[in-house]
Amino acid sequence: MSFEPKIVAFLCNWCAYAGADMAGTSRLKYPANVVPIRVMCSGRIDAEFIIDAFEKGADGVFIGGCHPGDCHYVSGNYRARRRVEMVKKLLSQMGVNEKRLRIEWVSATEGKKFATVIEEFVDEIKKLGPSPWRK
Amino acid sequence: MARRIGVFICHCGINIAGVIDVEKVAEEMRKYPGVAFATTYQYMCSDPGQNLIREKIEEENLDAVVVAACSPSMHEETFRSVCKDYFSIYRCEMANIREQSSWVHDPEEATEKAIKLLKATVEKVRENEDFNPIMVPVERKCLVIGGGIAGIQAALDIADAGYKVILVEKEPSIGGRMAQLSETFPTLDCSQCILTPKMVMVSRHPNIKLLSYSEVIEISGFVGNFNVKILKNPRYVDEDKCTVCGDCEKVCPVIVPNEFEMKRAPRKAIFIPFPQAVPSTYTLDREACLGLAPLTCAECRDACEADAINYDMQAKVIEEKVGAIIVATGYDLYDKNKLVEYGYGDDDDIITSLEFERMLSASGPTGGKIIKPSTGEEPKKVVFIQCAGSRDVQHMPYCSSICCMYTAKHALLYKHNVHDGEAYIFYIDIRATGKGYEEFIARVMEEERINYIRGKVAKIFREGDKIVVYGIDTLTGKRVEIKADLVVLAMAIVGKKGTKDIAKLLKVAVDDGIFLKEAHPKLKPVEALSRGIYFAGCAQSPKDIPAVVAQASASASKVLSIISKDKLEKDPLIAVVDEEHCSGCGVCISVCPYEAMQRQPNGKAKCIEALCEGCGTCAASCPSGNIEMRNYKDEQIEKMIEVII
Ligand code: FES
Repeated sequence: MSFEPKIVAFLCNWCAYAGADMAGTSRLKYPANVVPIRVMCSGRIDAEFIIDAFEKGADGVFIGGCHPGDCHYVSGNYRARRRVEMVKKLLSQMGVNEKRLRIEWVSATEGKKFATVIEEFVDEIKKLGPSPWRK
Repeated sequence: MARRIGVFICHCGINIAGVIDVEKVAEEMRKYPGVAFATTYQYMCSDPGQNLIREKIEEENLDAVVVAACSPSMHEETFRSVCKDYFSIYRCEMANIREQSSWVHDPEEATEKAIKLLKATVEKVRENEDFNPIMVPVERKCLVIGGGIAGIQAALDIADAGYKVILVEKEPSIGGRMAQLSETFPTLDCSQCILTPKMVMVSRHPNIKLLSYSEVIEISGFVGNFNVKILKNPRYVDEDKCTVCGDCEKVCPVIVPNEFEMKRAPRKAIFIPFPQAVPSTYTLDREACLGLAPLTCAECRDACEADAINYDMQAKVIEEKVGAIIVATGYDLYDKNKLVEYGYGDDDDIITSLEFERMLSASGPTGGKIIKPSTGEEPKKVVFIQCAGSRDVQHMPYCSSICCMYTAKHALLYKHNVHDGEAYIFYIDIRATGKGYEEFIARVMEEERINYIRGKVAKIFREGDKIVVYGIDTLTGKRVEIKADLVVLAMAIVGKKGTKDIAKLLKVAVDDGIFLKEAHPKLKPVEALSRGIYFAGCAQSPKDIPAVVAQASASASKVLSIISKDKLEKDPLIAVVDEEHCSGCGVCISVCPYEAMQRQPNGKAKCIEALCEGCGTCAASCPSGNIEMRNYKDEQIEKMIEVII
């Protein structure tokens, strides 16, 4: 059987989650490997959640937030972006390819973008193969 | 902690059940710890569906409910209000298995994902706690941005209901696009005649504060309590003193193109956009005026007997507090220069629909006479081109909604003006869906003998004193070539550029056409995702005047439902600091965008309920993990991660 990666997506309620809904409303197909968790803002995503997901066996973690300047809570997405950069470094030090963690800005109207980035990300993770931390 | 969770899986007709094996999902969920009951039903949101939930809560003694159906943005409120009779609304959560599963995946994987989504949601609801809403005071005032017919209607409705409105308009006068139109389809009412009484009502209404020539520059806060900063540009003429005698205009030596006339006619540096402008006053265009900087000219001031002109007037920033906001910023035409195939910019005799409107208007630059701009002669052959830039993937993919109708009107008015003239209309389809619209089109086609040609124009170019229009008549399959005197392009409608800036201030999304994104395309067409912000008119999508007016009244009624209360319920899902363990490092205070995290005298942080919006940035930043987000607790999210993987 081919490798089917397990990916957790954290989507902010106001943009990326609504963008994912938009992809649905537009019936845009994309791989089902990504299972979303809705959070109010990408700024809510603790570095610990990301590490935790990898520890539990995720092959990738996706974070979707509002475009820069568009965060519903002003600046949460900037915090998220910085945090992701930090966690990426941490991950690669711990032997996990930093490409397994991705943050993207998806607005509520960008259903197409959501479907495309998810597709790309799943492809990327498939190429990388199972996470070294997978049990 | 919930121990008896009920799971209700919706078929949504075939929308979910056509893809997801709902019975298998129910079967699987029955085995899941904590789930006391699971079932499926055809339409969970219907009355019998809701009753089923009620019945089972009682029969099965459930203490929490998970509904697997559409997006929570669609029906979370519906299901929570069902559960409200039995327990806290936070014991009801939704798993989005339609938009985020059945609509986007193949059956097998969709079913599997649905199970994961459900399990994660069960985990979340299990640890949710009960909270009561926080009550916050409401500023019982509304801000309306944009003074076209949409903003005017909304402002009047709210003001008539007895509440204060601040109406902000960027231009020197309210009236918007409708003030520029000649006659309106399908009744051929004079546009200004039906609009100007409303404009006057705005200026006289005791509940409306009109800030024209002004821009909204800053917005903060949240529903019920927005803080707004408005920049009032100096018009260098005292609105109250100006008698609109016009003496200043007569002596002003500077001539510039008049925006109101689509730059097809001149105006002076001191001007009134149109005679019925509201506020009824002259405005001095700072960019054009000679006298403002070095004192080279003071003609207008010397001529003004009312002493209304003041070169030293300064821009002012006005601060207001409002409870709700309506965005009615209107539309522009698609940039004509982008339609290279129609050679616009190059030729005086290829004009846009709005330029033609001004030509038709009795108060327009030609006094209502239709001319060929290059020579001033009467055009004997006119070609109208619909969908110029619309329904075209290279330009704007959508239908601009009103062009079929106004083009028919244009052709009719042309024929009424030039009896021996010939009019041709190139069209893709005729979309005449409003009341009386189809009849209007039929009348134009039959009575006025307008030549409708079904097909797109391939090329337009000048040949001597004519403009040649090349196209294909797709009904006969023949090539058409028309030598016209005048070509009128029914340009695509796009949102105003300024809408982007306003949307940024409000954190509302806009699409490629710069149209504001509504909370739901069908059920919440005038609401933004964030509460307290509403849309009206073409800022949301292209539409005709009756639809704009209806939407404006709809927004007004939404606003009233907020500002008619003294207090508003606020989401209690906020941050809570574990004070005992707080080290007082202050990171949360520095990351909070709302100044909701404050240092107490004992050095520890505290979250101010009324200010916290619940984003969770503080919780994610706290180095010692001492901030908890109500019902988005770390343990909840970690548990969700676990079941997803
Ligand atoms: S709300 Fe979307 S990133 Fe903050």
